[in-house]
Amino acid sequence: MIKCLRNRWEQGYRTSSYPKEKISLPERYRGKPVIKKDCDPKIIEDCAMNCPQEAIHPDQCTIDLGRCVFCGTCERIGKGQFVEFTNDFEFAFTQKKDCITDGHIPDLHQDANMPIKKLLGKSLQLRQVSAGGCNACEADTNVLNTPFFDLSRLGIQFVASPRHADGLLVTGPVTRNMKMALLQTYDAIPSPKIVIALGSCALSGGPFRDSPEISESLDSLLQVDLFIPGCPPHPLTILYALLAYFK
Amino acid sequence: MKHAFLKIKNGERVHRESIPHLPFDVFCDQLISFVFHKGHIVQFFAYMDPHCKWLVVLRNSELYVAGCDVPEKYLSFTLQYEKFHMFEREMAEQYAIKPMGHPWLKSVRYHHNYPGKPDCFGNDYFDDIPGCYPFYSIQGEDIHEVGVGPVHAGIIEPGHFRFNCIGEKVLHLEIQLGYQHRGVEQLMVKAPLKRLPIIIEGIAGDTAIANSICFSQAVEALSSISIDQDAQIARTIVLELERLSNHIGDLGALSHDVAFLMPAAYYGRIRGDFLNMLLLLSGNRFGKGWVRPGGVNDSITDDQRQQLIKSINLLRPQIEHVGDLLFNNSGVLARFESTGCVSAETSEKIGLVGVAGRASGSPYDVRHAFPSGFYTNLNNEPKIETTGDVLARAKVRYREIKRSLHIIETLLQHPNHSDMRRKAIPFHPSAFVVTLNEAWRGELSHCIITDKNGNILRYKVKDPSFHNWTGLALALRGQEISDFPLCNKSFNLSYCGFDL
Repeated sequence: MIKCLRNRWEQGYRTSSYPKEKISLPERYRGKPVIKKDCDPKIIEDCAMNCPQEAIHPDQCTIDLGRCVFCGTCERIGKGQFVEFTNDFEFAFTQKKDCITDGHIPDLHQDANMPIKKLLGKSLQLRQVSAGGCNACEADTNVLNTPFFDLSRLGIQFVASPRHADGLLVTGPVTRNMKMALLQTYDAIPSPKIVIALGSCALSGGPFRDSPEISESLDSLLQVDLFIPGCPPHPLTILYALLAYFK
Repeated sequence: MKHAFLKIKNGERVHRESIPHLPFDVFCDQLISFVFHKGHIVQFFAYMDPHCKWLVVLRNSELYVAGCDVPEKYLSFTLQYEKFHMFEREMAEQYAIKPMGHPWLKSVRYHHNYPGKPDCFGNDYFDDIPGCYPFYSIQGEDIHEVGVGPVHAGIIEPGHFRFNCIGEKVLHLEIQLGYQHRGVEQLMVKAPLKRLPIIIEGIAGDTAIANSICFSQAVEALSSISIDQDAQIARTIVLELERLSNHIGDLGALSHDVAFLMPAAYYGRIRGDFLNMLLLLSGNRFGKGWVRPGGVNDSITDDQRQQLIKSINLLRPQIEHVGDLLFNNSGVLARFESTGCVSAETSEKIGLVGVAGRASGSPYDVRHAFPSGFYTNLNNEPKIETTGDVLARAKVRYREIKRSLHIIETLLQHPNHSDMRRKAIPFHPSAFVVTLNEAWRGELSHCIITDKNGNILRYKVKDPSFHNWTGLALALRGQEISDFPLCNKSFNLSYCGFDL
């Protein structure tokens, strides 16, 4: 008992007051990018050629954040003259087309679906399905339940049964072997229901695009309401997206 | 014991012509004899060049390699030694090589074989996983089956568990994986070079650093790149940070599974602090994007070094106090002790590696047996326990946490100015390399074979989970089914690392 009390005292109170108070992430964190269109076209070409995800379109000066894994290759090669990743973690999309960005990212609060917000905003229950991938997105979603983030204080919960859920949060590139289980879980959720695509794999196949072992992209199988980019997205990005879209 | 296998070193490039290519009968006899003399299999896989060949990497106190031509059918090695069973199933699935008499010849990941030969399992892959092969079942009046997954109750990866029980007691557990199969090994052959590090980091996010190190060391060997000592130290620091974050998270999760929520909350939070240290260094909480062939992408600044030292000084007493709370609680001990036992004999028989192996008394740790990089300069005496239960697996983790903290603290004492050797150098043609590292779960190994033009002919990845899932299945025999979550967590194996 003494040990419990001593540990409790030592641990103190750890829960963050985000979103009321801002949190700053380390300098090397690669978040929302700034794109400099007036950059030397040679540098843009070089960035595009070396991008492992082929996410950069040099003609339009855009970057596809659905494909991007935020590895930082373009920033390193172009010495930040074309793309610079800021440590702003607050970005997510309601339209897949908006993921291809010239630096302008629409305000998620304004893009949110108002009837859904009214319906689910106070209490949101989500079912998570891992449809392939590397378990990093799952791990950084799970971490929202630890004391620092304490997701339930915000009225959001991950539930065990799809019957109890208001929506589906999908990670992974939808492998051929998970397609059926994913669709069955979706069917088991009562309507109206929302679908959230989390991480580069769910948005575009991520590192595994073009593999014959993954099936069609998630948004061609189901209608996706919210796209959260990253590999994996920082837990705060996930938290921001859920709060901006539903709260 | 005399054999014709070639002795090799971890991470050393070998010309393929120097690898003994033995007649099939000689290969089989020597392989069996090696395993009989307490040898273990590190890699055993097939590849096409242009016809189907085998390559095996074995270990006792040294590493060995040999190969041979493969017939379409042969008498299964599993009939003599259980260690072969998953390797033989994998080769049957990937290259349609049939081990005759294999006791449980079922697909591993459920996909078409690579050369497009008739399927060994009779599947056409239009049906859903696991196709036309039944699950193991036991008949009897009081027997019942419990099927769990692939979609589980929590936020975890997909896999199917089929229990055959009598009352609450588990008689047999069959684990069917493959739901996350993304075709990693095939992508590694087809994809352009620039994509490879990204694919490697997507094998298993929680092991992204260990996989990146294995890949980078293999590429460096094939391109004759040597990296500087500071880069090796930086890699050691992040690999140990990866181990710390996972081991601490596991101890918290084990505590959660026996409903002791205080250590679960505290260790859950402390795990996050270690992930944030990786974020500080690499810009990613899993260390993605940092380790690359040639070194590490950005060196550790003095400011970052001081921040890490400060965080560790702050966290070390907390980790110890929470550990004291966890390991001295009689309720926790009652649940951990004698639950999910794997005997030393069973562990040896199936070839357990890593934390699970060491908890069953096997003193194997790659950092000690085949050290690479800066580990050659460190004392890596394996931490072992002998009871093979949940408690032993928890204790091995706890002792390794303390050692990892010590390693990192020692390495952070000196300024680190690593240099990145970025220049892309073509791979040596007709070469072979195997790299091993002690990932937090255990022995992780990558193999690359290049063709006569220096292109990758075969890329083979073996996650420690490939050995250890069998250990979990055996640990459940005779246990209460309600102890499954606890046993599962004590192994905490990778689904995606296995499924590839």
